[in-house]
Amino acid sequence: MKIIACIKRVIDYNVRVQINREGNGVVTDGVKMSMNPFDEIAIEEGLRLKEKGIADELIVVSIGGSDSQQQLRTALAMGADRAILIENTDDLVPLGAAKLLLKVIEKEQPGLVILGKQAIDDDRNQTGQMLAALWNRPQATFASEIVVEGDTATVTREVDAGMETIEIDLPAVITTDLRLNEPRFVKMPDIMKAKKKPLDVIAADSLGADSAPAVGTSDYSPPPTRESGVIVESVDDLVNALKARGLV
Amino acid sequence: MSTALVIAEHDGTELNQATARTLTGVAPLGAADIAVLAKGGADVCAQAAALAGVGKVLHVDNEASEHQLAAALAPQIAELAASYAVIAFPSTTFGKDLAPRVAALLDVHQVSDVMDVIDAKNFQRPIYAGNVIVKENTDGYDKAVLTIRSASFQAAVNGDSAAPVEAVSVSAEIPGHTRFKSLKAQKSERPDLQSAAWVVSGGRGVGSKEKFSIIYTLADKLGAGCGASRAAVDAGYCPNDMQVGQTGKIIAPDVYFALGISGAIQHITGIKDAGTIVAINKDSEAPIFEVADIGMVGDLFEIAPKLGEALQK
Ligand SMILES: Cc1cc2nc3c(=O)[nH]c(=O)nc-3n(C[C@H](O)[C@H](O)[C@H](O)COP(=O)(O)OP(=O)(O)OC[C@H]3O[C@@H](n4cnc5c(N)ncnc54)[C@H](O)[C@@H]3O)c2cc1C
Ligand SMILES: Nc1ncnc2c1ncn2[C@@H]1O[C@H](COP(=O)(O)O)[C@@H](O)[C@H]1O
Repeated sequence: MKIIACIKRVIDYNVRVQINREGNGVVTDGVKMSMNPFDEIAIEEGLRLKEKGIADELIVVSIGGSDSQQQLRTALAMGADRAILIENTDDLVPLGAAKLLLKVIEKEQPGLVILGKQAIDDDRNQTGQMLAALWNRPQATFASEIVVEGDTATVTREVDAGMETIEIDLPAVITTDLRLNEPRFVKMPDIMKAKKKPLDVIAADSLGADSAPAVGTSDYSPPPTRESGVIVESVDDLVNALKARGLV
Repeated sequence: MSTALVIAEHDGTELNQATARTLTGVAPLGAADIAVLAKGGADVCAQAAALAGVGKVLHVDNEASEHQLAAALAPQIAELAASYAVIAFPSTTFGKDLAPRVAALLDVHQVSDVMDVIDAKNFQRPIYAGNVIVKENTDGYDKAVLTIRSASFQAAVNGDSAAPVEAVSVSAEIPGHTRFKSLKAQKSERPDLQSAAWVVSGGRGVGSKEKFSIIYTLADKLGAGCGASRAAVDAGYCPNDMQVGQTGKIIAPDVYFALGISGAIQHITGIKDAGTIVAINKDSEAPIFEVADIGMVGDLFEIAPKLGEALQK
């Protein structure tokens, strides 16, 4: 079985994001970029399924500009077998990403496609579910445990009420939650080896995917700030501060 | 005819409160209809019909909806959606799982975590863990699928009279490729984290699963719900459904107590809408103090019991 893991290049999660001067985007110049953290978990899970002998090939796919090759190389260094960059610099909504990914899936015929539950730049949490719908296959979102047996996967999902377990027929789409696994570190020699692994670049518009119009995003603004509070010295003062606010 | 259709979240008998918040979210578009997809579900319909601001309730009684699986619900909702311009879901794990599947079937864009419905085409939402708010415009699409950020809206209250409930049948074919196995719910007598007026949360500073009882004890004294940071959940101090933050629950209690939580942006984004934030941390430099309304520097193990005594209800 082949597994595809989808990865997105995003601003590193440790960066304090700034709105640009024009107010129509965020500052990306000189800002550290990384692989979306949930996507590292997707790759790690693919690698583990390979190590268990359940999968025989892990392909990583990213849609983005040519600089996304950096993140694909990281994925190859982690242990993925080959990488595909769908080169695209236009604004892309998740529906558009899902339509492009579907083209690659139709060609590669994977048994499992693993995505992050959410890209931490736009925080949309949609692409995997949309892909599953367009592909007409099962989805198991927010996975914290995956057991593959034959043609089915049993997936435990982190939901508001607790842990839900579902069984899905393969091929299927799974999206990762944080507790699915802990991604491995990349070792120096693996970075060298990864340079020799295949990385195909395909122009997005050569795939013949349906259109998904971009949406206009504007009026970038910081969230309302909270007024600075008081520091109290004792529990009595704390209780008094709550009283002053009419809470007790 | 309503502009918006709200998809009810429920467990078969009880309407989840997030539904009433979703209704408030889309209120600028006029009275909304609510769809209840369930196996049975008459009680849920009655609760939905009682809410103020409801046009009518569409009741789709279908065996296949028993476990509320996205694969089963999405084709049914896509069929119901035909006559609405906006289809809105709560931004809970239920809505986050389901809404994109519906949007893709309808071939439209989805706007996630809507904080403000300006009109049927323009919406405000947070990005970058809530560090930036943007306006998203969906002019390129004939419909908009939304998830509504519960913490941004009060729950709609009951109206003077009940809205009509209409039984609707759908012809959508339900795939058999997805099967429910089990739900391990954390049974708790405490108020639900997402609707509790007061919440007490513990972080890595609590130190262990055993010591986490200090958080539960304080919560019980205050009649509060219980939350946690991701670090506390990852370390196994408490169950995952207690996680508050960017990738956990976004909550807006009247009072939020953070004990032994440093205040990473991913955590703060989950509590920004709280009325009052109280932080207890032994490190005076902890970023949580930047957002706290009331802060106290000190050892949580000394402070929590005293606080519980002073505030016991
Ligand atoms: C993609 C992504 C998503 C994330 N999503 C979330 C999320 O949804 N929610 C979330 O919470 N985090 C999330 N995180 C993790 C986040 O970045 C932080 O790592 C996490 O919130 C830290 O938890 P903490 O404050 O409990 O632990 P720490 O940062 O380790 O802080 C512990 C605090 O306890 C204090 N302390 C220790 N002992 C005591 C004592 N005896 N008395 C008082 N204070 C004490 C310390 O001074 C310290 O400030 C996410 C991270 C990533 C990368
Ligand atoms: N441009 C992209 N290239 C590859 N994968 C993507 C892209 N955008 C989103 N994804 C995948 O979809 C997941 C969810 O993204 P989103 O729906 O944007 O929150 C991410 O974690 C990735 O796995």
